[in-house]
This record gives sequence, C-alpha cells and structure tokens, in this order.
Amino acid sequence: MYDILVAPFAHYAFMQRALLGSLVLALSCGPVGVFLMLRRMSLTGDAMSHAILPGAAIGFLFYGLDIVPMTIGGIVVGLLVALGAGAVSRFTIQKEDASMAAFYLISLAFGVLLVSWHGSSVDLMHVLFGTVLALDNAALTLIAAICLTTLIGLGLVWRALVAECLDPLFLRSVSRMGAVVHLLFLTLVVLNLVGGFQALGTLLSVGLMMLPAAAARFWTNRVAPMCGMAIGIGMVSCLAGLLISFHASLPSGPAIILSAGCFYVVSILVGPRGALRSLAAPRRHRSA
Amino acid sequence: MSKILKFASLVSLMMLSPALLATASGADLNVVASFSIIADLAKNVGGDRVEITTIVGPDGDAHVYEPKPADAVAMSKADVVLVNGLDFEGFLSRLVETSATAAPVVELTRGVTPMKLADEPAGHAHPEDEAAKQAGHHHGEYDPHAWQSIANAEIYVKNIADAFCGADKAGCATYTANATTYLDKLATLETAVKTSIAGIPKEKRVIITSHDAFGYFEHAYGLEFLAPEGISTESEASAADVAKLVDQVRHDKASAIFLENVTNASLIRQIANETGLKVGGTLYSDALSQETGPASTYIDMVHHNIETIKAAILGS
Repeated sequence: MYDILVAPFAHYAFMQRALLGSLVLALSCGPVGVFLMLRRMSLTGDAMSHAILPGAAIGFLFYGLDIVPMTIGGIVVGLLVALGAGAVSRFTIQKEDASMAAFYLISLAFGVLLVSWHGSSVDLMHVLFGTVLALDNAALTLIAAICLTTLIGLGLVWRALVAECLDPLFLRSVSRMGAVVHLLFLTLVVLNLVGGFQALGTLLSVGLMMLPAAAARFWTNRVAPMCGMAIGIGMVSCLAGLLISFHASLPSGPAIILSAGCFYVVSILVGPRGALRSLAAPRRHRSA
Repeated sequence: MSKILKFASLVSLMMLSPALLATASGADLNVVASFSIIADLAKNVGGDRVEITTIVGPDGDAHVYEPKPADAVAMSKADVVLVNGLDFEGFLSRLVETSATAAPVVELTRGVTPMKLADEPAGHAHPEDEAAKQAGHHHGEYDPHAWQSIANAEIYVKNIADAFCGADKAGCATYTANATTYLDKLATLETAVKTSIAGIPKEKRVIITSHDAFGYFEHAYGLEFLAPEGISTESEASAADVAKLVDQVRHDKASAIFLENVTNASLIRQIANETGLKVGGTLYSDALSQETGPASTYIDMVHHNIETIKAAILGS
C-alpha cells in the first residue's frame, strides 16, 4: 500500500511538486468552473487557449523565448478578449458564446500574423505550455498567487455571482454592480487559465476547470456544495492521475483528466440528478 | 486548426506566385533548401555558383513550419530543391504541389540507412510515441534526424553534388571539387568527434536531452542519449519516464543533462534540480544557430555539441 500510494511522492521531489501544484490549481479552478458552467460558458477555456497567441508572440518578439514576458503577454491579451467579449454580450443583444468566438478568432488570426510576419517558425505555444511534471518554484508561486487571488475575489463577489447566475435580470433590477461582477469574474477566469497553461499545459488547466464542475452538477443544485464537490473531485483526480501516470507509465496530463472524466461518467449515471435516477423515478405530480 | 491555416496560406500563395515568377537572379543555379543544416551543406558544395533560399531558417523548427507565399515563389523559381526526406518536413509535399515547381526535389537521405524508431538502442521507446505516429505525426516510421551522424552528412553532400551536376553541367567540375574539399573537412570532423568521445570514460557515456533527436549520433559514436519526451517533442512525458531518468542520474548512470535550442526547457531543469546535476549547456539538434551563435554551420554545430557534451561530462 505504501509503495503504491506514498512512495512515489516520498522518493521524488518532482512528484511532490506535481501533486502540490495540481491540488492548488484544483482548489482554484473548481469554483471558477462551476460558475462558468452555470453561465453556459463552458467552452471559454478552449477559446482562450487560442486567443492568447498574440500576447505570447509579442512577448517573444521583444524578449525571445522567455516564459515570463510570454505569460504576461498572454494574460493581457486573454483579459482583452474576455473583457471585450463580456462587454459586447452585456451591452448588445449578442450572447456571450458568439462574442467570445468572434473575439478569440480575431485574436488568433492576429497572433498567427505576428508570428509569421516575424518569420519565426518556433512553435510558441508549444514552448509556452508547460507540463505538470516540470513545476519549478516560479510556476508553483504563480499557481499559489492565482489561487489566493481567486479565492479572495470569489469571496468578495460571491453573493452577487450566485444571484447573477440564477437570475441576472433580478440582479440588474436591484443593483448596477452586475456588469462589474461579471467583468471581475472574467478576469479570474483568464488568470486561472493562462496561469494554468503556463504551469500545466492547456489540457490539464481547461480539463481541471470544467470536468469536476460538470460532474458536480449531477449531485446538487446548490451552488456552494457544488463548488465544494468540484474541488474535491478535482483533487482526487489529480492524485489518482499522477499515481496512474507513475505506475502505468502514462502521460500525466491525460491521466489526470481521464480520472476526472471517470468521475464525470459515474456522476452522469448515478448522481442524484443523473440519468439513472431520473429514468427510475417516474414524474410525480405534486399533490396539494 | 493549423491544417486549415496551412491550407488557407497555400491557396493564397497559389494566386500570388505566377505574378512573381518573372524575376530571376544572377547565380547559375537557384537552390531551395528546406532547413538551415541542408542550406549550409549546399553552400559548401555550390560556392558562388548557387543562390540558396532557406525555407526554415536558423533556430526554427521544421516539424511545425507553416509555409508562406514567398516560399512557394522561391520554390517555383528553383532549379533544384533540396530536402531531408524521411517525413522530416511535414509541410513539404503540399508546398511542392502548389508551387508547381519544375525543379527536381532531391531527398538527401537517399542512400542513408534509415533507423527505425523502434531500433532505439537505449530501449526506451515510449508508448506515446506509438500513439503520435499513429496520429499521422510529422515523424514517420523512421527517425529523420540522419544528419547527426557525419557519415550520413557525407552522403548528403554527395547527393547535393550529384543534384547540382544534373542541373548545371557547366559547373559540375566546380561542384565536385568543392564537395571533395568539404568531404575532407567532414572526415577530419569525424576523427575529432571520435577522439573526443574516446576521451570520455565508458561508464560516463550516458547523457540526458529533451527529446530523442540524436539517435544516429548515438548509433555512430557510442554515446547513449536518454530523453523524457521520446522522439517527438509533442508527446507528453509520463511520471514514470521522469522518475526513471532521475534514478539513472542518482545511480550514477547518466552523467550530464542538456537543453536543446527549440524546446521547452522546464522538464530538463526539473530533472536537473531534483538530482543536483548541473545543466551542461544547449545542444543544437534540428536547426543551426543564428550567424552570431555558436553553431552557425554544420561543422560548428557538431563541434559545439561534442565540446559541450564532453565539458559537461568531464566536469561532473
């Protein structure tokens, strides 16, 4: 038992770092993913992984293959895209999915233009996106800072966020803070994603954000427990995925995400709000 | 996504190229080389008689290159197109097709004994490499990095001389003479490499790089290269692979660790930190460095790599 569960982490510092980094990211990403899902913005993460190219390219043009400027550039461009898309969906009739698609495509095209214009054929994204097995002190610090910012930010606007998710018109009618809350939330999304890309790669950071949240949705209707479950599922997936990667010699990112995927499938089947329960229970009419 | 982009850029360059065809340059032979190492070899054979256009320049990664209209223009004007072959240049076949070039496309690995990917002597082929191959990755069945063995580079040079002679009969004597001179230099280089390696104790001849680009070097000169990422830079390492490398260093099997010029260094740094092994420098595998860098020609590249390796091993 010790050999299977503890020894990999006891013997190898890179395994400890991988576990620590991914657990902290799960803590930070879980709630963000829940709110993204409740706002029907689940695909934002994928869009963002393309959208940050111009930022990374500008960082590369001025500073060469240095991760820090490329990450900062990515965060700035990611914020522009997310806030632009958010603002359009707020102040026009267009929905968030359409405006996000438009903004990320413009950004991606601009990025490809920049990279080609410079004549570089280095795959910038490949250089920028990290892997969970290679977390150094800087990456761990980045993840910890993002987690702290996220938790504080969510704590500050929690009530407004929940109200926004459930009934945006109500919030708009009682407060003008709706737009501010939404934009603040988008900022947190970008921070989590871009920081996650740099430290862990796209698959892991988007997957760790959305899959646990999607799985938790089958277990409860209440937002706070849903966030808690998402965090829990994310953390257990990280631990399981890393151990599978270690013992079965499989790549770590996919192993972690597939573990979360298993939780998702099980949740679909047996969760209180999942497929089996709703099939099994005939629709009852409320009696007076 | 990138496939769509490639297609779009090819469509646009199809429209552009005929208009630009008219211009011609003063040299006797217009040569297009697919990447920097081939360009350097061709320059040594062709001398002043050839004008060389390089598609993927210094520090560039030919695996992921997306061609531009200018590349198709250069190719359509070319008298000879020199490529590596063995599926190294993923962008190539479409570019040749769209540019409608009449020039012969010469695969310089013709005559080289290709190493199968599974033939890795170190016996650490990763399952994800298989997956990458299945998925139509740029690397095919064989390891394309043939130029890492100097004997193969000599075959490249002979192929280049043959191709130039075929396209420019008047210059054939010059090309043959240039090739002979350069082949002598390569022979000297190979002796130097072998001497260098002979100076490294046998039990220390295991080193770590980012990905397996040195298969031919390893095979020819008896240094063993280990890598967390396998043959393809796009495959992802498993925790078990990294742990194995850490163990190799701890048990004093691997004696030095290196970065490569165009890959993400973080995994190598992690292994270095974990084991206390100092990163021995940067090796050039798939591209030459810029003019001002330490590996701006093929000969400099081989020298730089072997000197870096030797210094790191003996210093450890």
